[in-house]
Amino acid sequence: MRLDVLNRGYRPGARLLFAAVRLFSGRPLPDAAKLTFYRPDFYGALAKEFTHEAMRGPSAWSVGDRELMAAYVSKVNGSAFCVGAHTATAAQAYGDAPRVAAVLADVEAPPVEEPLRATLRMLGRLTRDGEVGAGDVREVLAAGATPEQVRDALAVCAAFNTTGRLADAFGFELLSPEGYAAGAKFLLKRGYR
Amino acid sequence: MPDEDRKRAVHQALVDRVLHGDGRASAELRARAFRNEGLAPPLDALIGKVADSPAQVTEADLAAAKASGCTEDQLFELVVCAAVGRSSRMYEAGLAALAEATAEEGPDHAP
Repeated sequence: MRLDVLNRGYRPGARLLFAAVRLFSGRPLPDAAKLTFYRPDFYGALAKEFTHEAMRGPSAWSVGDRELMAAYVSKVNGSAFCVGAHTATAAQAYGDAPRVAAVLADVEAPPVEEPLRATLRMLGRLTRDGEVGAGDVREVLAAGATPEQVRDALAVCAAFNTTGRLADAFGFELLSPEGYAAGAKFLLKRGYR
Repeated sequence: MPDEDRKRAVHQALVDRVLHGDGRASAELRARAFRNEGLAPPLDALIGKVADSPAQVTEADLAAAKASGCTEDQLFELVVCAAVGRSSRMYEAGLAALAEATAEEGPDHAP
């Protein structure tokens, strides 16, 4: 990562964990996970809690839907690390990689159903422009989403607008397809905590 | 507290922590990074990119900020503040739009 402290400034307990992960998985811990161990009291602890709540907490959206939203928001931001990570996680969650690829290529394409499509459109607008109006939300509600689903989707959007910015600013190292797949497996088993 | 509010509550706790908790950068500087306003060069360029075009951040942006006297720990905090700040404004804008959209429906249209 672009700050030396994020590569070398970890406490002994975290360093031991990084070494154990590398030993048992044959891969280094991805930078997205590593970052949360740097001065966790400042950012990592609450960031993990919020992301876990948004991605795995109670919601009418499936885990696959939320991972797809994360991938889509990351795509709009041009955040390569997060696109890779959440495309892989959504594909595994749905058990349908072509569906995820098709939606990310064109949100208006056939495989995506309402109200997910209208929700993705709104998140894209919010991520691109930094704002949405009541009219945008009304379209999502009219497409069949409940107000709770809109709220849940906004939390996913907030989580990945933060993570994606940190990925790009700190320069998270991109992973191989196998690395993203291994990370996805972990995220589906353990979540973000 | 209903589940849907718990997400927002945890997010608010994160916002409060990065703005008002202990830090190596002053609370004033963290607040400016969070809002992406009132920062002097070269920090303004780095923080502006984190907020508005994160994919454009380069090694040189961080190097320039360090050369201006910021420590790495301060930069870590300020970049986090900028990212959380921008996301927080989006979150609030979305929730405000939702509140407006559902209020407009009025009692006649309530389920």
